Amino acid sequence: MSTQAGTAAYDLRQVCRPLSFRAEWRRQWGRRRTRVAFALVVALPIILVVAFAFGDSSSGRRAGTTARFIDLAQTGSANFTLFTLFVSSQLLLILLAALFCGDSVPAEASWASLRYLLIAPVRRARLLTSKLAVGLTLTALATVVLVAWALLVGGVAYGWAPLTNPLGEDLGWSTYLARLAVAVAYIYVTMLPIAAIAFWIGVRSDAPLASVGGAVLTSIVLSILDQIDALDPWRNAFPGHYANAWQELIAPSPVWDDVVHGVLWALVWTILFVQLGYRRFRRADILS
Amino acid sequence: MTVSRVRPIGGYAAHRASRRVARVVRVAGLAALLTVGSLVAAPTAVSAAEQPAESLTVPVGAEPDRTKVTLDASVYGQPGGGRHPVVLLAHGFGGTKDSVALQARELQNRGYVVVTWTARGFGDSGGRIHLDDPNYEVADAKALLGLAAKRPDVQLDSPGDPRAGVMGASYGGALALLLAGTDPRIDGVVAAMTWNDLSQAFFPQAVLTGPLPTPAGRASIATPGPFKQDWASAFFMGAVSAGPASAGPTSSAAARKGAPAGACGRFDPTICRLFVETAQTGVPSDRLLTLLRAHSPAAVVDHVTAPTLLIQGMADSLFGLDQSDATARGLAAAGTPVAVRWSDGGHDAPSSREQEEQDASFGWLDHWVKAGSDPGSALPTPGFVYATASAKRNQPADLWSLPAYPGLAPASATAGASSPTTDPAQPAQPALPARSLPLASHGGAALRPPGGQPAAMVAVPGLSASGVSGSLSTYRLAALPGQSVALNTDPVREPITVVGSPTIRLSVTSNRPVVTLFASLWRVAGGQATLPHALVAPIRVPVTPGRPTPVTVSLPAATYPMPAGSSWRVLLTSTETSFTNDRTPAGVSVEAPPGPHGPGAPPPPRARAPPGGGGGVARGSGRAGGPDGTPIAGATRGVDTEDTIALTAIAVLLLAWLGTALVRRRRRTHEPTRPDLAEVPLVVEHLVKTYSDGHRAVDDVSWRAEKGQVVGLLGPNGAGKTTTMRMVMGLIRPDSGTVHVLGRPVTAGSSVLRRVGALIEGPGFLPHLTGRENLEAYWAATGMDPAGAHLAEAIDVAALGGALERPVKSYSHGMKQRLGIAQAMLGLPELLVLDEPTNGLDPPQIAAMRPILRRYAETGRTVVISSHLLAEVELTCTDVVVMHAGRVVTAGRVADLLDSADTTVLDLAEGLDRADVAGLCAELGRRTGITEVRIDTETRLVVVADLARDAVVRTAVDVGLPVVGVSSRRHLEEVFLGVIDSAAAANGSSQGADSGASLIERLRQVRSR
Repeated sequence: MSTQAGTAAYDLRQVCRPLSFRAEWRRQWGRRRTRVAFALVVALPIILVVAFAFGDSSSGRRAGTTARFIDLAQTGSANFTLFTLFVSSQLLLILLAALFCGDSVPAEASWASLRYLLIAPVRRARLLTSKLAVGLTLTALATVVLVAWALLVGGVAYGWAPLTNPLGEDLGWSTYLARLAVAVAYIYVTMLPIAAIAFWIGVRSDAPLASVGGAVLTSIVLSILDQIDALDPWRNAFPGHYANAWQELIAPSPVWDDVVHGVLWALVWTILFVQLGYRRFRRADILS
Repeated sequence: MTVSRVRPIGGYAAHRASRRVARVVRVAGLAALLTVGSLVAAPTAVSAAEQPAESLTVPVGAEPDRTKVTLDASVYGQPGGGRHPVVLLAHGFGGTKDSVALQARELQNRGYVVVTWTARGFGDSGGRIHLDDPNYEVADAKALLGLAAKRPDVQLDSPGDPRAGVMGASYGGALALLLAGTDPRIDGVVAAMTWNDLSQAFFPQAVLTGPLPTPAGRASIATPGPFKQDWASAFFMGAVSAGPASAGPTSSAAARKGAPAGACGRFDPTICRLFVETAQTGVPSDRLLTLLRAHSPAAVVDHVTAPTLLIQGMADSLFGLDQSDATARGLAAAGTPVAVRWSDGGHDAPSSREQEEQDASFGWLDHWVKAGSDPGSALPTPGFVYATASAKRNQPADLWSLPAYPGLAPASATAGASSPTTDPAQPAQPALPARSLPLASHGGAALRPPGGQPAAMVAVPGLSASGVSGSLSTYRLAALPGQSVALNTDPVREPITVVGSPTIRLSVTSNRPVVTLFASLWRVAGGQATLPHALVAPIRVPVTPGRPTPVTVSLPAATYPMPAGSSWRVLLTSTETSFTNDRTPAGVSVEAPPGPHGPGAPPPPRARAPPGGGGGVARGSGRAGGPDGTPIAGATRGVDTEDTIALTAIAVLLLAWLGTALVRRRRRTHEPTRPDLAEVPLVVEHLVKTYSDGHRAVDDVSWRAEKGQVVGLLGPNGAGKTTTMRMVMGLIRPDSGTVHVLGRPVTAGSSVLRRVGALIEGPGFLPHLTGRENLEAYWAATGMDPAGAHLAEAIDVAALGGALERPVKSYSHGMKQRLGIAQAMLGLPELLVLDEPTNGLDPPQIAAMRPILRRYAETGRTVVISSHLLAEVELTCTDVVVMHAGRVVTAGRVADLLDSADTTVLDLAEGLDRADVAGLCAELGRRTGITEVRIDTETRLVVVADLARDAVVRTAVDVGLPVVGVSSRRHLEEVFLGVIDSAAAANGSSQGADSGASLIERLRQVRSR
């Protein structure tokens, strides 16, 4: 670099951007919380299979009334995966997203290594970008691993029957997998606001617990408020209001309205909180 | 299966755009259509409009008892001049002329003279309710038409014959048809949600004599069906509770014939009596049936010549689609142009396509009345439009159209001179293709409990309107144990949409001479039975007890989208709560013999049942059967309000981001570099930092570190050392002042920081990585060439040995500290900033560190150390900067600070009495030339004098001090405490409390760091 021209003894050469994705990935991947999270993701389908093995599958079904994902979970790999996705998208995946995206900055702060990264030097925005990119990648990876693994476990445990959805419609495997991919992508996008809130709190606070806890608390409070009809139509904008819209995609004729709404609102909140996080971190005095 | 002529109309986006209008119209539309359902609905307030309506009191024909009757009417005129067509706008049952005021206004704005009136027996009009009696209500409408013909603003076809349309819903719809059938002056009719035959509406019979080609046609057997008591009572009670306001004298005839005075309200006593009788028995008298038929459009429909638009609802358990189907058949048979719309609304629920229906109605009048088109001309709307429930939740129905209502006789068969046979726009529409679904279950038995209770709840008016049936399965309320038989079909493999009335052939056996059953059609999917339409098809058929009787049943007509994999369930219940149930117990067994045809067999054309009997047969139009099965409504999704809001929010946020990024970039480029300082590793100038709590940690601090120097930064707690260091590294933004490293300004993340290594306030490592991995990870984070890291040298500095390969979380404090120093030295930076580097190190390690730092500086690099170990700084540093309370109190070379010509340090022998020494010192202090004598420790004196050093020693010996050593240097500690003390004194009040404390106390404070 030209600035070093005057210093003959100075032999430093920039080979990649500070805190490259790969560097950050190595910092995060070896962490225990990452390992535990992925272990949980891998264990969940197996736990579900074991749990289902306890009961008589026919007795669990409530006659006449609403058929649910759970009633059909054991009909085959496709339904099992859908059920796994259904139960995990309610909390587990949200928790993981908040963990991966919210915890990485305060964790560095709590190890006192944040200041060393910043004087390495890594620009504030660059640091957040790397952390966020790795957090989002880990979240995506966890989601994909969960679905792929559930497909496999479900197939081994219950066979490879194609999907029967609660409306009784059958989907072929090719349609199902395509729809599932879109559904997984949608779930991922709807998790982003919570991840962004966790990220924002994490930037403001030095406590890793605060970011994950704060984000999950926010999502719980919002889901409570979402039950209040008086907030209609304002609640449509809440993160999580359209969280279950992906279920409408798993049908012969998918319905896109809520999915589109959900994606757009998710983007609004994600951009807002990510922006707030950057704004805060860029100006903050690092005292940790 | 695909019917290519079927195409969707009424785009999704278009509907969204018109929603606001639709809401406004719904108020009026509901009042018009649903006055039967909402009998006590207050009249819609008429907003102040441009053209006031003229209120009239019109005398019309007297009641049978000769009571004079006047009608309360309004005329919405066209005072602008010219002559305009007139529209008679009739209201629904229980309403008044105000119920249709909004619609009247709209028609007025479209250029019509609109006549509204409160029908006989309602509101402020006189007389009694005769249920659209041709001699009373219909005659009233004729009188009003004659009145309109006399108006100067009304267009006339011939003298006394105005250009006129008639429009109405429910009670008003039947009036419109009856008027058109009895008054040839009418040029266009819109009749919505109304009856064809009132006797069939109240005593519906779903058992067929034979197939009909029309979708919802029902050629019922002669036996009247069970009494639709719920609706009849609602009708009756509505009229009664409306009160006999100006009903005139109570008919003595009614009182004589058993109906108590007042119980009839404003009903005509004859009608009232017949209704009351029937309500008690549940079986209609012939007189009642005759009367109801006479009050029905069916009686006059073959005389209607005016083109007619029929709108009928599927959410209508009062007047089903079979009613409009029968009217349409009658009209077509007479050669009258007819169009049929199936709405998803009705007496049970509002339509989701109110706006489209109103547009079609007005368009119909515009075409036939205002434009006066020739009866042979093309229809202004498709001949048949039907709604199907949207696949989307809470979305308006999808609309589909066919050029003509299927199965109607070609108009040419009976049309006169203006035969449209050659008109390609109005082709005869063949019947929809039929399709049969094999049954999977074939029968069962049901009991009717004594007293007819409990009754199954299927077609409960309002149940679907309240949304209950949409979100919650009401199957348990319908299929009461032991009282129902469920017949399931096989699942459909392809999605189909069935349009019209499916039929099923059954064989019923009972122990009673009359079998009464109520058939409802459920969709079963995923084990869940849902009721697409809260409708029942009543079966009432005389049988021989014990002998099977075959019946063909027309199931409720509607549109039924069936997704692939779903099946139908025909539920036959022995009771139904909305009908009069027979109170005698009965048992009935139902059998539907298995059909001989397999699932792949082609459906017999136009047959309701396959030859050989059995099997449910659905006549379906295959709109959903396109090769890809994709609903078109999903593909044409437009951008709705919510999308727009969200997209706008996204755009605003992104723009804000972009704006701040641009501002920041501009600001950044304006930060000055200092070429004059390019060779100075670190220059700190006028730094000021006040924390948010108001504490000014650093106050105008300036110092510099030159190449080859080891600079010690000293100061007591709170002096601002660490804050300064953090500002040097760009971790804290100074309020003012600058930091330059090699001439370049330092801000957060400045690239020049790569030439600086630092250990600030203790080391920080990733606990799960080993020491070596941590160093590698740190260097990787800088993004610089791994070859430039000089990792081996750094590892030598750390001197961790085998511990280097252990995770850092197992390290002791000192090990981490050394690793931290090693990390700071990675890449051999030109400026090394170490904050308390000896923290946690043992004396040998401190001693080992000393030459490392010295040597590091000797290579032309610079080291800045802050430390509380003053001796250590004295030994290591070449320069010091002393800070106190946020200010630099002194700075300079260590040697300069310690060496001082006027100061002599005297070491005394051990074991002296303290008091003696104090006395001797006082003595020494009094000698000439001696400025100050300070007892540093018990064996050390610091003497400040104007004398030469040898003279000082001589004088000391002279006073008797046992001098055993002389030194010219003070220790840094003394200097430090001295300057701190004087700075504290100078600082005055803020440090006042401290200034009284002893030096020892102060020293302890410093050491405690």
